[in-house]
Amino acid sequence: MSEGLIHFINARLVDPASNYDGPGEVLVAGDLIRAVGPSLPRHPEARIINCDGHALMPGLIDLHVSTGEPGEEQRETLATAGKAAVAGGVTTMVLQPDTHHVIDDAALIDFITRRGRDQSPARVLAAGALTVGLKGERIAELGLMAEAGAVMFTNADKPIISTRTMQRCLSYATAFDGLIASRPQDPFLSEGGMMNMGELASRLGLSGIAVAAETIAANRDIQLAELTGAKLLIDMISAEATLHRIQAAKAQGLDVSASVSVHHLTLNENDLGDYRTFAKLSPPLRTEQDRLALVDGVRSGLIDVIVSGHDPRPAEEKRLPFDEAAFGASALETVLPAALLLYHEGLIELLDLIRALTIGPAQLLGLPQGRIEAGAPADLIVVDLGFPIRFDASRMVSKSRNSPYDGRTMQGKVLSTWVGGKPVFTAAE
Amino acid sequence: MMPQLPPSRAPFTKRHLLQIGDLNRLEALELIERAEVFLPFTQAREKKLPTLKGRTLVNLFFENSTRTQASFELAGKRMSADTVNMAVKSSSVAKGETLLDTAATLNAMGPDILVLRHGASGAAQLLARKVGCSVINAGDGTHEHPTQALLDALTLKRSFGHVEGLTVAICGDVLHSRVARSNVILLSMLGARVRLIAPPTLMPADVDRWGCEIYHSMVEGLDGVDVVMMLRLQLERMNGGYVPSAREYFRFYGLDARKLSYAAPHVKVMHPGPMNRGVEIDSDIADDPRVSLIVDQVESGVAVRMAVLEALASHGANDEVLDV
Repeated sequence: MSEGLIHFINARLVDPASNYDGPGEVLVAGDLIRAVGPSLPRHPEARIINCDGHALMPGLIDLHVSTGEPGEEQRETLATAGKAAVAGGVTTMVLQPDTHHVIDDAALIDFITRRGRDQSPARVLAAGALTVGLKGERIAELGLMAEAGAVMFTNADKPIISTRTMQRCLSYATAFDGLIASRPQDPFLSEGGMMNMGELASRLGLSGIAVAAETIAANRDIQLAELTGAKLLIDMISAEATLHRIQAAKAQGLDVSASVSVHHLTLNENDLGDYRTFAKLSPPLRTEQDRLALVDGVRSGLIDVIVSGHDPRPAEEKRLPFDEAAFGASALETVLPAALLLYHEGLIELLDLIRALTIGPAQLLGLPQGRIEAGAPADLIVVDLGFPIRFDASRMVSKSRNSPYDGRTMQGKVLSTWVGGKPVFTAAE
Repeated sequence: MMPQLPPSRAPFTKRHLLQIGDLNRLEALELIERAEVFLPFTQAREKKLPTLKGRTLVNLFFENSTRTQASFELAGKRMSADTVNMAVKSSSVAKGETLLDTAATLNAMGPDILVLRHGASGAAQLLARKVGCSVINAGDGTHEHPTQALLDALTLKRSFGHVEGLTVAICGDVLHSRVARSNVILLSMLGARVRLIAPPTLMPADVDRWGCEIYHSMVEGLDGVDVVMMLRLQLERMNGGYVPSAREYFRFYGLDARKLSYAAPHVKVMHPGPMNRGVEIDSDIADDPRVSLIVDQVESGVAVRMAVLEALASHGANDEVLDV
């Protein structure tokens, strides 16, 4: 039974699930964690991994990742996304269903999950489309997709215009306690919008997206969650005003949670500067006040999950006039160092930050990973938290290198990544 | 015989003219003064100056604009530059070529100055990062149209002797107007007081932070002003999208003698053209030489563009691309 024993020593364990941040050791047996403690007995056949005092934490779980597979492999494949993920410390990624072929039935969920298992070093889970073809008309086969392994449902970037259809989707999913994610953006109010509405957009001559576009949509879906009792994730919020709605919903006892992308925690609308299309995101980057409110939302636990919002776009979709450029950023490799900016700036405790990247999403989806405890999957990362980097987008692993952080100095480097007890990434010296 | 020209006072340090905000007050004043020097030449019999001899000016117009393009072409030719017009809309773009493809192609031909008119805000900034020559923004989306603001300032200086201290009302579709954006920045920089008058649906968000006075009523906004600058309202925006109808718009925001009577007695009226007569401006006002500066604006346009070309030509020829 000594096969596949790995003993991590000299580690700073960072485990938000047990609220522990301190020295410790972890013993992995096969694909599971066997023991955790301040000091564990050495097994003669165990492979020793000396963490040299660096952080050992659960691998990150990213609930919002897009690739181009199937259909737009020039953007990203499951293989390249998986490589980018483990290089960035992400060991589980949940894929959005808005691929060229919409992931809206059980066979496609099965395809994505199998293909992910074969091609990606990170675990791949699939979010199913909420409506057939994401058209917002007919409820997709949510139950069959859930049986096939879909971990949540979403209509991705395409809001469901009919309030009644949305109500029925939410209502139907309560039968099997399905989690439904809603990207809140009123399609009419935000039509043609390119960035945050405000003085900067007016000056740049770019059409704005009002915060109200987000709060209107979030309000609607929160009220529908109240009506139906559904489990609702308000996905990728961008504004302080939305946070107030989330707070009210939680105070009311609704099963409502919220996520935010790491971009919206670390950048603001001024990063668009001279029409920098690489910072053109959906939802748009808002003001500094919004950013700080979102960081505080993560700190207080009002925001449950931090996502990368990984949206790989080849250069030809980005090197265009601002109006014509695609939204989105390639983010799997920057999610951790960017998030750590907040920790290094003293805006948030490490455990609170890492919680939203590990156990937070794990609890939302009911996953066994995202924690360091005996019996949990051995998805682990060793991180040099203070390692200074100057991020060079040209060296990204992802197939698309549309990162808004190019040239930015950050701190934090993933030294090694382990999925199911297997080393899947080791940093170059 | 070539006309003689006094030398320019200060060297112009900027490589491009992309937005008014890139200029400081002195640079703006210098360009306007310099354009004033050029004005007599535009009226002289012999109109050619040797300043840009051997240089190449390319007009790259992704949107149709007869008058701006002609103005740049004339300015270039009067400075002896080789001037080429490219109407891109009809050719390469239809074949799927992007702005940057076109830029790369043109750049390889080694022009010295590219004049760009494009429908997307920020297009000039994007182009400027990709070519080795100077770029002049001749209008980008709803962002800026810097030479228009400079020619408006010159027109005001010719008419009033100064810009400082004037109260200027900019009226109409401020939301979609690059002319308004450039003028707000330049006129404020030169010490004028700027008022914006528009229905709320045609006013940009947070416009109160531009340092202008905001009005939704022509009668209130025009009270005592020295200058009324009318903006063009695109016909497609008048059918219920932003305002209910053309006739309602003219009733409340069109410039007629009654509304104009609230302005100062010596008031002057400007319009960047082309005008929608009877929609935003009454023909009687537009054609009244005692009130209208519209013809002077066109004349100032060529002189200002000559000044801008001269300023940018003080740079070396096609340099390396400053890609970012």
